[in-house]
Amino acid sequence: MLTKPNKTFNHKHLLELQSLTKEDIELILETAKPFKTVFTRSIKKLPTLRGKSVVLLFYEPSTRTRTSFELAAKRLSADTVSIAVQVSSVQKGESLIDTAKTLESMKADFIVIRHSHSGSPHILAQNVSSSIINAGDGFHEHPTQGLLDIFTIKQKKGKIQGLKVVIVGDILHSRVARSNLWGLTKLSAKVILCGPPTLIPKDIDKIFPQIYIEYNLDKAIKNADVINILRVQFERQLEHLFPSVREYSLLYGMNKERLKNAKSDVLILHPGPMNRGIEITTEVADSLNSVINEQVTNGIAVRMAVLYLLSLNQNL
Amino acid sequence: MKTIISEKEINKIIKNLAIKVIKKYKSLSKVGIIGIYTNGVFIAKRLIKEIKNIKNKDLQLGYLDITFYRDDLRFRKEIHQPKETKIDFDVNDKDIILVDDVLYTGRTIRAAIEQVLEIGRPKSISVLVLIDRGLRELPIFAEFVGKEVRTKKNQHIEILLKETGNKEDKVVLYAKKI
Repeated sequence: MLTKPNKTFNHKHLLELQSLTKEDIELILETAKPFKTVFTRSIKKLPTLRGKSVVLLFYEPSTRTRTSFELAAKRLSADTVSIAVQVSSVQKGESLIDTAKTLESMKADFIVIRHSHSGSPHILAQNVSSSIINAGDGFHEHPTQGLLDIFTIKQKKGKIQGLKVVIVGDILHSRVARSNLWGLTKLSAKVILCGPPTLIPKDIDKIFPQIYIEYNLDKAIKNADVINILRVQFERQLEHLFPSVREYSLLYGMNKERLKNAKSDVLILHPGPMNRGIEITTEVADSLNSVINEQVTNGIAVRMAVLYLLSLNQNL
Repeated sequence: MKTIISEKEINKIIKNLAIKVIKKYKSLSKVGIIGIYTNGVFIAKRLIKEIKNIKNKDLQLGYLDITFYRDDLRFRKEIHQPKETKIDFDVNDKDIILVDDVLYTGRTIRAAIEQVLEIGRPKSISVLVLIDRGLRELPIFAEFVGKEVRTKKNQHIEILLKETGNKEDKVVLYAKKI
């Protein structure tokens, strides 16, 4: 009757933003809002996932993502277990699927996985009955980072559509960039990629025909509403993809002088961990334009929303 | 579908509820009203307006969404878009009145009480509803009831308010489609 139609979210796993619809993404963002208000209470806990268990399976180092997922689960009253791969049976040669099957037998409702191989979360989703959440897989995607970046932009700017968003840095190896690209383009932002030509994937404009590529940072950030600065991945320098850290910093480092080309209320995002003085100066990182600390707070709210929405479909 | 309460009667009921609240509490400055989304919020606002008309006193208002406290989350298919719980006043040592449109099984109120107790320790919590339709499943009691309506489980009761885009306020009763 006159009751509003209820929305649906028919996903048991969160593997990537690529396969989500615009409506799915908007529902996650809307659902994250009320969770954020819980953080200001003295009791920062909701009973929503009481009795559920969340296993954090991280094959790669992580501080903020793992802590953020753990806090998100705990604030929903779920039980969490964190597996340090370095001291687990993985070191004895156990395969990814066997490890996951073991966790499934222990009745883990959620497995949050980070792995250096793209597609690992998809393999788990096909082989175990737990809900799988991708916390970063190879160069593929880091969907909750993409969601929290978009959530932070939307909270500050009130919308996503039509915003000029510049993503700066190593696009080639960045799963953060790819999740941002899928999410932002689905929500009709104007996305510009900027970085050394060797670090921008060839043919990326064939996958995303609506985006722009600009190798000159000063030109790219002209009139920008948002600049998302990616971390310089030092391990890549061994592959000789950029000549030196110093040169990278000169051409692609964000400093106060350069920032003048963007809009005065431009938002500065960085997924962390920051290399201060390399891709971003301390002045910019700690400026009023920076929302880097808010990204961390919002990350918990967004992950709570994801856990909550997926839990509704666990009997599928 | 049958209209069981008219707009005129709804206004009268809310006025009477306002009088009951004023009579009950010696100090209205210690009273905090919390509306439960969606209709409870609108009824809470109307109640506060009535109390202001009579006593020229503004009561504090909070909003409560109980979605994350529901006991039936894992049995539901559709999603209720959760709204923001927003209680800006200190609930400690206050007399809290939870406001909802219909009191039925008591499960919504149970969830609301749990949430308020996590925010603080009020002096008391009581319940105010426009309609009590009976059929309780939990030991929940409403101190302030606008009107009692006898219903059966297979009936549905709906409060239509202007605030949610209806032409006029009314309460309708109809048989549930199964």
